Amino acid sequence: MDLTPLWEWFRWLYGATGVKLTIFYDAFDRQRFFDGFLTSVRLQAACLVSSVVVGVVGAWLQGSRLKPVRLAVQGYIQFFRNTPPLVQLYFFYFALGYYLSYMTDEGLRVALVSNFAWAVICLSLYAGAFNVEIFRAGIEAVPKETIEAAEALGYSRLRAYVYILLPLAFRISLPALNNNLVNLVKTTTISYAIAVPEMLYVANQIWSDEVNVPEMMNVLLVIYVSLVGVVVWIMHKWERALRVPGYVS
Amino acid sequence: MSPAGHVTRTEAPLIHIADVHKSFGKVEVLKGVSLDVAKGEVICVIGPSGSGKSTLLRCINALVPIDRGSIVVDGQEVNDPRLDKLQLRRKVGMVFQQYNLFPHRTAIENVMMAPIHVLKQDRREVESRARRLIAKVRLEGKEDAYPGELSGGQQQRVAIARSLAMNPEIMLFDEVTAALDPETVKEVLVTIRELAEEGMTCAIVTHEMGFAREVADHVYFTDRGVIVEHGPPREFFAQAKDPRTRQFLSQIL
Ligand SMILES: Nc1ncnc2c1ncn2[C@@H]1O[C@H](COP(=O)(O)OP(=O)(O)OP(=O)(O)O)[C@@H](O)[C@H]1O
Ligand SMILES: [Mg+2]
Repeated sequence: MDLTPLWEWFRWLYGATGVKLTIFYDAFDRQRFFDGFLTSVRLQAACLVSSVVVGVVGAWLQGSRLKPVRLAVQGYIQFFRNTPPLVQLYFFYFALGYYLSYMTDEGLRVALVSNFAWAVICLSLYAGAFNVEIFRAGIEAVPKETIEAAEALGYSRLRAYVYILLPLAFRISLPALNNNLVNLVKTTTISYAIAVPEMLYVANQIWSDEVNVPEMMNVLLVIYVSLVGVVVWIMHKWERALRVPGYVS
Repeated sequence: MSPAGHVTRTEAPLIHIADVHKSFGKVEVLKGVSLDVAKGEVICVIGPSGSGKSTLLRCINALVPIDRGSIVVDGQEVNDPRLDKLQLRRKVGMVFQQYNLFPHRTAIENVMMAPIHVLKQDRREVESRARRLIAKVRLEGKEDAYPGELSGGQQQRVAIARSLAMNPEIMLFDEVTAALDPETVKEVLVTIRELAEEGMTCAIVTHEMGFAREVADHVYFTDRGVIVEHGPPREFFAQAKDPRTRQFLSQIL
């Protein structure tokens, strides 16, 4: 499909009204903005999935019989819940990132973990800490008799968790999870601070070059509203798919 | 009219409980309970609320660890720290007062889950067995209903089928009709009686005295953590000796 007429319309719009949306009619800006958009989406998808995994595993460990394990999970949650995510990101990138790098013979410092990976790690742990708490609340809402029935059938603790506890707790947790994941999508923009070339970062480059701050701000807001809308829509679909007749979680 | 009058007490009992003590914190719930259940025997345990009946049943399948004494199930010491709980629990099925079905799975899935997840049996083979069991508890047509769509009595029968799917040698029933409407109590009791008549070894905690009289080979009366009195149902109900038993029976009959 040839989109040239559309791009040209935006060029005309600029001429007629002064609304300067170079990301449509300027091929270079269009490309870098599109790359930024893709980076954002990849970043968000990676963080969403891994934060849920962190939540599931953390909630499991929190029920461990070993006290040190429970304390470690508790410490992790407290750290990530009670410090600003931006500070966490800096901490990971500048403090830990320094140790996870080496000097080449030419005197160049090479990082072992990319900026993108640091953002995924940090944000997943950040949102994951909340997910652990969310899942734990769900787990606590599952009657312990249900788990006892599973035990009486020979289920081990892990199998009971995977097949019975988690599916039930998950349904109970969905509304709270929903909120946290929407928050996560928005929080990914802080990876701007460690130069992950995501949408906010490239938008900043573009508005510096083109001096069109208001236009780019509006573009960002509209795109973020849509991205959050997509997440909410998927979560809603999921919620409906998991609904069980006759069971109010 | 003891349906399992063929029971002989010569071979080693399938369940051997000797001097079992159990406390929760400061409360001593079982204070030296001993009883034997032979293969194919049906015992009923009756007694006032809080006397430790549920705790006793839950000790048999190691849901509750005991403090002192010994429980041997089919030659296996339950109190042994090296006990293979899975081995024990596939031998001992348990049905609870509140059914405790898995609410996110349909009736037939509830029956199929443990054999597939725990015993790793072939799904198709398990499914045909599950269908037979659902039919056995008279729930044909309800295979795909979720627990929330079934009545209490129907849920309880699914729970019985779910337990039977593991092919247990022993069934423990803990006041399985206590949460049911009077009309549905009967359908569950019929199911249990059929099992008993087929020779399943059963330990039944119940408040249904008529049922106990009919189905049990031996009745135990517990009060405050001890077995006060026991005997074959005819003698037990007709000529209880202990005043506590007499008082309990007079209140409930
Ligand atoms: N997990 C537990 N922790 C603490 N106390 C318990 C626990 N389980 C049972 N108990 C206590 O042990 C006592 C005996 O309980 P149990 O459930 O065995 O009685 P029961 O004979 O089955 O009574 P009911 O007829 O009401 O079911 C009760 O006082 C109860 O509060
Ligand atoms: Mg009880």
